Amino acid sequence: MEATWLWLIPIAPLVTSVLCGAIALATRNAEAPPRRLVGWLACLGPGLSFALSLLAWTELRGLMPVGRMLSQTAYRWIDSGVLQLDVGFVVDPLSSLMLLFVTGVGTLIHIYSTGYMHAERGFARYFAYLNLFMFSMLILVLADSLPLLFVGWEGVGLCSYLLIGYWFEDPAKAAAGKKAFVVNRIGDFGVLIAMFLVLWTLQGVGSASLSFADLRRHTEAFTPALATAVCLLLFLGATGKSAQIPLYVWLPDAMAGPTPVSALIHAATMVTAGVYLVARMHFLFALSPVASTIVAVVGAATALLAATIAVAQNDFKKVLAYSTVSQLGYMFVGVGVGAYGAGIFHVFTHAFFKACLFLGSGAVIHALHDEQDIRRMGGLRHKMPLTFWTFVIATLALAGIPPLAGFFSKDHILWEALSKPNVVAPWLPPVLWVVLVAAALCTAFYMWRLVALVFLGSFRGDAHTYEHAHEAPPSMAMPLVLLATGSVLVGLLGVPHLLGGSNRLESWLHPSFTLAQDTHLESPPHEGEESGGSAAETEASVGHEPVSAHATSAALPESAAMAVALAAGLLGLGLGHQLYVRRPQAASALAMRLPAVRRLLAGKYFIDELYAAAIVRPLRLFSDRVLWRIVDMRLIDGSVRLLGWLTWALSVAFRFAQSGYVQTYVLVVVLGVFALLWRVL
Amino acid sequence: MVGLHEYLVVSGLLFLIGAVGVLTRTNGLILFMSLELMLNAVNLTFVALARYTGSLDGHVFVFLVTAVAAAEAAVGLAIFVSLFRLHRSVNVDQMNAMGE
Repeated sequence: MEATWLWLIPIAPLVTSVLCGAIALATRNAEAPPRRLVGWLACLGPGLSFALSLLAWTELRGLMPVGRMLSQTAYRWIDSGVLQLDVGFVVDPLSSLMLLFVTGVGTLIHIYSTGYMHAERGFARYFAYLNLFMFSMLILVLADSLPLLFVGWEGVGLCSYLLIGYWFEDPAKAAAGKKAFVVNRIGDFGVLIAMFLVLWTLQGVGSASLSFADLRRHTEAFTPALATAVCLLLFLGATGKSAQIPLYVWLPDAMAGPTPVSALIHAATMVTAGVYLVARMHFLFALSPVASTIVAVVGAATALLAATIAVAQNDFKKVLAYSTVSQLGYMFVGVGVGAYGAGIFHVFTHAFFKACLFLGSGAVIHALHDEQDIRRMGGLRHKMPLTFWTFVIATLALAGIPPLAGFFSKDHILWEALSKPNVVAPWLPPVLWVVLVAAALCTAFYMWRLVALVFLGSFRGDAHTYEHAHEAPPSMAMPLVLLATGSVLVGLLGVPHLLGGSNRLESWLHPSFTLAQDTHLESPPHEGEESGGSAAETEASVGHEPVSAHATSAALPESAAMAVALAAGLLGLGLGHQLYVRRPQAASALAMRLPAVRRLLAGKYFIDELYAAAIVRPLRLFSDRVLWRIVDMRLIDGSVRLLGWLTWALSVAFRFAQSGYVQTYVLVVVLGVFALLWRVL
Repeated sequence: MVGLHEYLVVSGLLFLIGAVGVLTRTNGLILFMSLELMLNAVNLTFVALARYTGSLDGHVFVFLVTAVAAAEAAVGLAIFVSLFRLHRSVNVDQMNAMGE
């Protein structure tokens, strides 16, 4: 259905961003920037977007499930030969869900920021960037074509860079921003190449538009090899934006930015763009079981790797950052095994509890005057009860304790990973499941370690700081409470059938993840049937009747799998409690007993060092020794100098001809005439 | 009978004498004289050939050449007067400022 007001959703934060930027420039040298005005303006933009997103959602609800799509073509963007491209926005069930939590969580974090950043001189600049981020993210979510999505994709990357390096006077923080940007560019290169490949393929069938609708219509143009190549290149972009192996290294460093930024960009929204991209392009991933399997394997590996690193980190925000990387891994397993709904469900629930955790960490850091080392915290539950309780709720949600949000989404992914058969590697599902359960155990463990070290026990910093620790101000407490409430409730949207629910979120998303609209007309999503699904759907689309995912060779029944996952979460929490609350010395004793493991984990498996040794340093050496000393100094400078030298040398030879004696010249002329005559006659 | 051939031989000789003068003499005024000699050798050729072919074009050219030669002599002599004031000499061997 046509909806001509969709463009207002992304434009609202852009307008406020420009206004905040203008105020930032105008009051650059002012003593006191107009904080109140900027604060209201900055919250207005995302708030407006949120209201409009709600409107879009209600409109969508009023439509039949099959035709649930609002679209608007804003204007013709590219009209170049065969390539015709519009700037168009589309709201389908998938993007409406993304819209709701991006704008909802975004608004809350804007409100929180007005409290957190109140003492900053660059208050207006900060909000200009943050609003610009909202604009880019909404473009990314609403885009109806790959290039427009890429515009948003690059925009969020830019804002991420600007906000990580917000305190650019500190070289380490500026370097962290640069690292994020450079690593992301590696991924962006993949997306660009993928787009070119897609364009090249679609030209072959006479449709040179890159809109998702056209792509979906022409999936038959993709040979399996081509689909795999495009998917893997897209996934390269996703690993950059969503911090997966091998490009996850920027996200922990990105914690150099202000904490609300970490919550909004580097936990709740931007980093899920990769998952969103894979979900958006599900019809291509469904064509390539190989690419999907790689997505799932990389996701599972990242989930476990990051979860183990998080166990040994001592920086409050670094623990949460690795936790984010790990949870993103879960989401990729979800979309990788073809359970797009499950992956997006986890994106959705994760946004709430991870934003809540980050904002809680921000409240603690704020209260302790920029202390981030959890070894110098402790006992803060007495000082900050509200922060403590919201943090615990979000922790339990992340650890997957029912009935909190994380339980349902994580369990959904676990079950899909175990039950979806894999055509490439039939032995894979149980392995994925075991890895994810192990990661879940680590998750519960490091989260409870965090709670224990920060809020329980007694304070280990200096007494003065503890005296001055205070509960978060209302502007910061309100988002915490709302997000904690969300962490409790949003999981109920996706209660699985096993527990008597109807998994309403999955049925809501279902129209977005069907392969062919027309086959769907005759079989609307009915209760009890699995929806989405790459491997199963591929078979269905080429073959006979839709394969029910329940008719698979899962190694365990769903209830047993759920029980094991829950037990792993509880075990992790118990272990954490045992080691860090009951017998704190046991933890250090254990660490002493296993020095190699401790060093490996604390050193983050030395991946950064490995990259430095394998890529950065050889590249630098190559740049220095070859590109600079030979190519630049010798070849480029040399060729310029050669020209200069040649001119000089020729002038030395020829200046004898210019004696200045008129008679010599005349003689030459006469000789020349003779020579000419001799030649002619 | 004096025909075209004799005129051309004379003008060729005049031209040669002028050219050798330009190349060998160092006094600027003599140089000018030699130049005039060369120009007039050409004039002679023009006139002789004009008479031979019965056309007026050659005569027109001679007037042009004479006018140019007059102008050139006027400018050149003015330059040499200036040079003489500067160097107390009109010897072209000493004038190589363009080569330095």
